[in-house]
Amino acid sequence: MNSKQQYIDLFRDNRTVIEAGSAPVLNSLRDEAAESLRCHDLPLKGTEGYERTDVNGMFAPDYGLNIMRLNLPADIAEAWKCDVPNISTLFAVVANDSFIPSSGLETRLPEGVIFTSLRQAALSWPDLVGKYYGTVAPVDNAAVALNTMLVQDGVFIYIPRGHRLPRPLQLVNIFSAPASMMALRRVLIVMEEDSEAQILVCDHTQDTANSYLSSEVVEIHLSPKARLDYYCIEESSEATTRHSQMFVNQGDESSFLTNISTLTCGNTRNSFTINVNGQRCETRLAGMAIATGRMHIDNSVQLRHLAPKCYSNQLFKYVADDNATGAFQGLIYVSPEAPFTDAYQTCRSVLASPDARMHAKPQLEIYNDEVKCSHGSTTGQLDAKALFYMRTRGIPENQARTMLMQAFMADVIDTVKMEGLHDRLRHLVEKRFAGDNSLCGECRANCRDASSNTNE
Amino acid sequence: MNEQLLKVENLHAGIEGKEILKGINLTVNRGEVHAIMGPNGSGKSTLSEVLAGNPAFHVTEGNVDFHGVPLLDLLPEDRSHEGLFLSFQYPVEIPGVSMVNFMRAAVNAKRKYFNEQPLSATEFLKMMRQKRAIVELDNKLASRSVNEGFSGGEKKRNEIFQMAVLEPQLSILDETDSGLDIDALRIVAGGVNKLKTERNATIVITHYQRLLDYIKPDFVHVLYKGRIVRTGGPELALELEERGYDWIKEEVDSKS
Repeated sequence: MNSKQQYIDLFRDNRTVIEAGSAPVLNSLRDEAAESLRCHDLPLKGTEGYERTDVNGMFAPDYGLNIMRLNLPADIAEAWKCDVPNISTLFAVVANDSFIPSSGLETRLPEGVIFTSLRQAALSWPDLVGKYYGTVAPVDNAAVALNTMLVQDGVFIYIPRGHRLPRPLQLVNIFSAPASMMALRRVLIVMEEDSEAQILVCDHTQDTANSYLSSEVVEIHLSPKARLDYYCIEESSEATTRHSQMFVNQGDESSFLTNISTLTCGNTRNSFTINVNGQRCETRLAGMAIATGRMHIDNSVQLRHLAPKCYSNQLFKYVADDNATGAFQGLIYVSPEAPFTDAYQTCRSVLASPDARMHAKPQLEIYNDEVKCSHGSTTGQLDAKALFYMRTRGIPENQARTMLMQAFMADVIDTVKMEGLHDRLRHLVEKRFAGDNSLCGECRANCRDASSNTNE
Repeated sequence: MNEQLLKVENLHAGIEGKEILKGINLTVNRGEVHAIMGPNGSGKSTLSEVLAGNPAFHVTEGNVDFHGVPLLDLLPEDRSHEGLFLSFQYPVEIPGVSMVNFMRAAVNAKRKYFNEQPLSATEFLKMMRQKRAIVELDNKLASRSVNEGFSGGEKKRNEIFQMAVLEPQLSILDETDSGLDIDALRIVAGGVNKLKTERNATIVITHYQRLLDYIKPDFVHVLYKGRIVRTGGPELALELEERGYDWIKEEVDSKS
């Protein structure tokens, strides 16, 4: 049986409670979503685009959902610690599935900028939220339908026309609950014409005793000339499953950059569907996956060029060690309406152990002649010559391997344009490769001692 | 003066089941410069790789004593700490690892091996500055990735720079002259000579007499078919330059 059935049943039996804990704008799409979910199954492992990842299996366990909107005992103070040194951000936490702003957040936001709970926004500005909610993510996608059917709250970010955010927005998603649970996470970002923002999202698991599932749908609407940098760093526990789908619509001359770094996780699937609807857009996707133990990291990209004269670049890198697996599916689609497209894709992977596995599937679909496109995919081992060279200079093998893996990720880290985050990410990656698991609370980011010297 | 630094006895080694070194015997004392010459494929580079501990090569027989330490038992990194340095014929490019981080890791690994505290940033940078001057290495190269985009001359100068930093007791220069123009050769050889003391020793592996005009050897060995078939003074290099290797090959081949 497809695992969607338990969610269909849950919705049927608890619709009143679910809707009471949400807002009319969100409730208005539930029927359509439920109908869609009845018609579409969650993808099985081995089906097209899901060669290595079992989405149906991710949703199969009987997780609890917090449809009663209870306040679960998350340690918010711990999450504040994820506030990155040297970056002054406008900060909020999503504890499981509940939005918690930092104190005074609302008053610190520039006028007209909204960064609040999706439910709250849908109640306060129903027309604004209603205009975009559910319009970027297609409801005929089973996991989107499931999320839309059940989601009660989320995050809403709105940047008005011509606004440049002086400081980045930061969102820390944490899991912390007395029992295993599933969190429905929904993010809606609307950027009006000629606006500019940087957003940093960090995923953590505070309580590593329980297992968690994050079902996330991120919708991003970029009006003409809007510019958004969206950074995501996942450092969750091995018992955490993350199913995240991002959908982006790009208007004329808009620019979108995303960098997704999976440093630790359990079972992660990130998919990106970018519809480049406008002309002269720029789209940059970068991803870094560091998989050890039994971690599984799958990144899937559908970059759809639908208008002329756009540029896109995808750069994904994986290091898989132990029994870990990595997967990458990357499609560049260039429609007949998109001449003068420049589109590039690179996926490079290092297998650091005999039992690690990597599956890479680069794809090009090009339907006109006036394009420059390339894709490259390599999977190999660390350069034995470089390793020996370093050892002859006295650098111990383990350290040399760490340095080479770190170096391998350098160009992905270099895609980060947010001041402070670049160094922070390099530091985290260095610690990650050095096998430093000293925890900051239950969080693995260990952000606090940035100044400590990691060299021995 | 005649304190023994390296003693290689009956060294047999090969790669992928193919034996390349077939019984090398070589003794190097402190303060000496030895040149190893020989035709292509005679095993010169294999000897240097085996001494440095390249895991691709397998030693099947023999001993190497390095100032009282059984060298073949050591990891490549520990051989370095104990004072062995190999200047590569083809220095490896390592994109993404800066020269500064590379050298700091090397220096501090050695200090750790001898239970010393890591150098402070100031001390380290001061040392880098001093050592760079020995081979006239441009400061700009320090911020670049190891050997990446370096010219042939810069790569070789970088090797000697690393040698200056690590202060080895025994340096093996594998074809250090290859790919060098005459000015670069002078600078590299000058660097090697500046680093020479009564306590250390150098093995120069080369095809040509030319390098030996700049780095004067005390002994010249000819390696052929995995064995040292002839040893002489500097005059042997000149003779080889004039007559080629054929007469030695014939001599050896007629005996076997």
